[in-house]
Amino acid sequence: MSSDLLELIVENVLQGRRNSDDEGIEEGDFGQPGVAELVARALEDGINTEQVLIDGLSRGMQMVGDKYESGEYFIPDMLTAAEAVEAGMAVLEPYLVSGGEKAGRGKIVMATVEKDLHDIGKNLVTIMLKGAGFNVIDLGIDVPAARVVEVAEQEGAAVIGLSALLNTTMSNMSEVVKLLEEKGLHDRIKVLIGGAPVSDDFAREIGADSYGKDAFAAIKEAEKLIVSGGNV
Amino acid sequence: MSRTGILINKPYKKLSREQVELIDQTSLELLQTPGILCYHEESTTLFEKEGAKIKKTKEGEHDAWWISIPPGVVKSALESAPARVTLGARNPENRVVLDAEGNRVYFGTGSETNYWLEIEPEEFTSDKDGARRTFAVMKKSRGSLNLLCRSAHLAEQLENLDFFIRNVNIQDSDITTGNKDVNVFFASLNHLTKPVIGGVADYEQLEKIVRIAEIIAGGREQLRENPLVAFITSVIKSPLQVVDDTAEKLIAIARLGLPVVISTSPQGGSTAPIDMLGMVAQVNAEALAGITINQLASRGAPVIYGAVPVRARMDDLHDMYGVPEFCQYTMACAQMARYYGVPCYSTAGVGDAKVPGIQATMEKMYTHSMVPLAAPDLVHYSFGLLDKTQTYSPEQAVLDNHQIGMVKFLQREQEVNSNSAAKTKKMIADVMHSPYRMYARYARGMLRRGEIFAGFPFEGKLEDQDQTLLKVHEKFAELEAAKPKYLPEDTCKLIFNEISGLLPRLNPYGEVK
Repeated sequence: MSSDLLELIVENVLQGRRNSDDEGIEEGDFGQPGVAELVARALEDGINTEQVLIDGLSRGMQMVGDKYESGEYFIPDMLTAAEAVEAGMAVLEPYLVSGGEKAGRGKIVMATVEKDLHDIGKNLVTIMLKGAGFNVIDLGIDVPAARVVEVAEQEGAAVIGLSALLNTTMSNMSEVVKLLEEKGLHDRIKVLIGGAPVSDDFAREIGADSYGKDAFAAIKEAEKLIVSGGNV
Repeated sequence: MSRTGILINKPYKKLSREQVELIDQTSLELLQTPGILCYHEESTTLFEKEGAKIKKTKEGEHDAWWISIPPGVVKSALESAPARVTLGARNPENRVVLDAEGNRVYFGTGSETNYWLEIEPEEFTSDKDGARRTFAVMKKSRGSLNLLCRSAHLAEQLENLDFFIRNVNIQDSDITTGNKDVNVFFASLNHLTKPVIGGVADYEQLEKIVRIAEIIAGGREQLRENPLVAFITSVIKSPLQVVDDTAEKLIAIARLGLPVVISTSPQGGSTAPIDMLGMVAQVNAEALAGITINQLASRGAPVIYGAVPVRARMDDLHDMYGVPEFCQYTMACAQMARYYGVPCYSTAGVGDAKVPGIQATMEKMYTHSMVPLAAPDLVHYSFGLLDKTQTYSPEQAVLDNHQIGMVKFLQREQEVNSNSAAKTKKMIADVMHSPYRMYARYARGMLRRGEIFAGFPFEGKLEDQDQTLLKVHEKFAELEAAKPKYLPEDTCKLIFNEISGLLPRLNPYGEVK
C-alpha cells in the first residue's frame, strides 16, 4: 500500500498537481488528491518521512529532470512539477524537523541584486531549487549586498544565489563576494550567479564560485557547491 | 475526409467592391478591344459560334485570328464554371477540395527547375588559428529523373505540403520529348499519395497520362470521382495571345472532365503593364479568356483561375518574386477570382536569391506571409524554389515547410468568447495570489495540447556561426531515409505492361518481364 501511495506522489509530481484544485497535463484530474494531500495521507499512514521525501518527491523530480534532459519536457513542465514538490515539502517539513532530520539538501539564500527589480529569473531558480529539495530563503528583489550576507550568515546558508538582468546592476554581484571575503565567510558560503548579462567569465572575474546558465544548470551547480564545498 | 489547408477567416481585400468591378469591366473591354490574338483555329471557331467578331490575320508564317469577345460570352463561361473543384489523391485523406466560396488555402510545389542545389557539409581549417569548422557547401547539378523522384519523396513527407507539381526538369540522356511527360507523371504518382498537378508538353502523351491515372484509380469513372491528376495549361502568351498547341491540350482536358489550371504569367514591365491596375486588368483578361475556351469546349468542366503575375527586374529583365508589387498583383488577382466564384491558383515563396540564406528567407517569408491573407485556393511555387524559379533546393523546401507551418499557426482559430474570458480572469487572479506569480502551469497545459508553436527547429548551438543549413541538411537526410510510398506491385505491373515510353528503372519492383 505504501508503495502505491508513493507511486501516486511521483505521478502527481510529473503531472504538476499541487493539490486537488489542480488539473494535470490533461484535464479530468480536478478533485483528485494532489501532492500536498497525498503527502499528508502518507504521513497519516505511517510511511516514514525519509521515504516520502526520497521515494516520492525526489524521485518524481528526478524523473522530471530526466525527461527535461531527454527533450521530452520543457521549462514549464519543470516549474509546474517543482511547484507540486514545494507544496508537498510544505506538508512534510514540520515532520522532518520534529523527526530530527535535516530539512532538505542544504540552505540557499536567493536574491536579485541591489537596484535590480527583475524577479522572473530569480523566481524560476528558486522554484526549481525548492523542487530539487533545497531549503531556499528568498530575499526578493533589489537586495543590498550587506543584507544578503547578513541573512546567509544568520541562517547558516551554504550558498548565496544572485540574479541580475541589467548590465548596470550585474556589478553589484561583486559587492556580495567582496563582503564575504572581508568577513572571512567566503570559504563556507559559496556564491552562485545567473542572469542574462552574466557569464562564466564574469563569475571568475568577480570571484564568484559558480555560474548557472539556466535554472536547470543552477540546480546542478548548487549541488556541486554543497557537495564539494565549493571546489567546482 | 480531405486536407484542411489554412482557413483564412477574413480575407484581406486591398480593392474595394467598386475597384473590383472596375477591373472586371476593364478586362471585359480589353477582351473586346483590342481583343485576343488567337493562333488556334478550333478555339477561334468556338468563339465564333458564340457570336465573337473574328478577323483573320497572318503573324509571320502563322495563321492567326483577332477575336473580339462579347462580355456576355465571358460571363456565361463564368456562370458555368464550377465553384468547387476536387483534386484527387491516392490517399483519399489527402484530397484537396477547392471552394471559391470558402476561404481555405493550400500550398504546393511548382516550376520545373533546371538545377538541383543540395548541401554537402564540408570541414575547413582556418588560416588564422588552425581551428576546424564545418560549413554547408552547395552542390549544384542538372535536373534528372532520379532527382525528381527524390523531390517527390520529400514532398510526400512535408506535412504542410498539400499538392505536388513536378519541380525538377528531367534532363537525362534517355528522356525525349516523346517520353518526358509520361515519365514525369508516373514518377510523381509513384511517390505521392497527395494530389499531382502538371503541365503536358507533348499532346500525344496526354492520353497515356490519363490512362496511368485510371489504372491507379481503378477505372475511368473512379478517376472522375477521384481525379488523381490535374493539369496546368499556359494557354495564354502575354499579352493576350492564345497559343496553338496549348489550346489544343486545354480543350482535350476540358472534354476529359479533369481539372485544369489556366495559368497566365505576364511580367510587369515587359509583357504587361508594371502598375497594379494595368497588370491586374490584363492578367485577369487573360485568365478569363482561358476559362472561356475551357467552358466553350465543355460546359461545367472543372477549371481553376491561374494568375502568376510577376515583376521585371530593372537591371536584367528577369522575373522578380520577392518584391511588394508581386504581392499587390497576386493578392488583387485572388480577389478577382473570388469575385467570379472560380477557384484561384496563386503563388508565394519564391526566392530570387540563388542560394538558401538571409536573402532567400526574407523574400520567402514576405510572400508566404502576405499572399495567403487574400485567401487564394492554391498557392504554388511554395517549396524549395531559388534563383527566381531556376533552382530547386530540397533543404530549402524543408525550411519552407517550416515557414508555412508558421503562417498556418498564425491563422489558426483562437478562442475569444465570454467563456474563455471568464477562464482568463480566474487564471490571472489565481496567479496574482500565488507565491511567484508565474503562468508556467498554464503554459504547460497549452504546450501539452499542442497549442504553443514549437519554435525554430534548426537552431544551432554555436555562438559565432549560423548552423541552420547544417541542421536542415540533417533533417532532409532523415526524411529521405524513410521508405517511399510506392504504388502496389500489381498496379506497377499493369502500368508498365500497357504504357509505352516509361523507363524501366522507374519501376521499384524491377523490370517487368
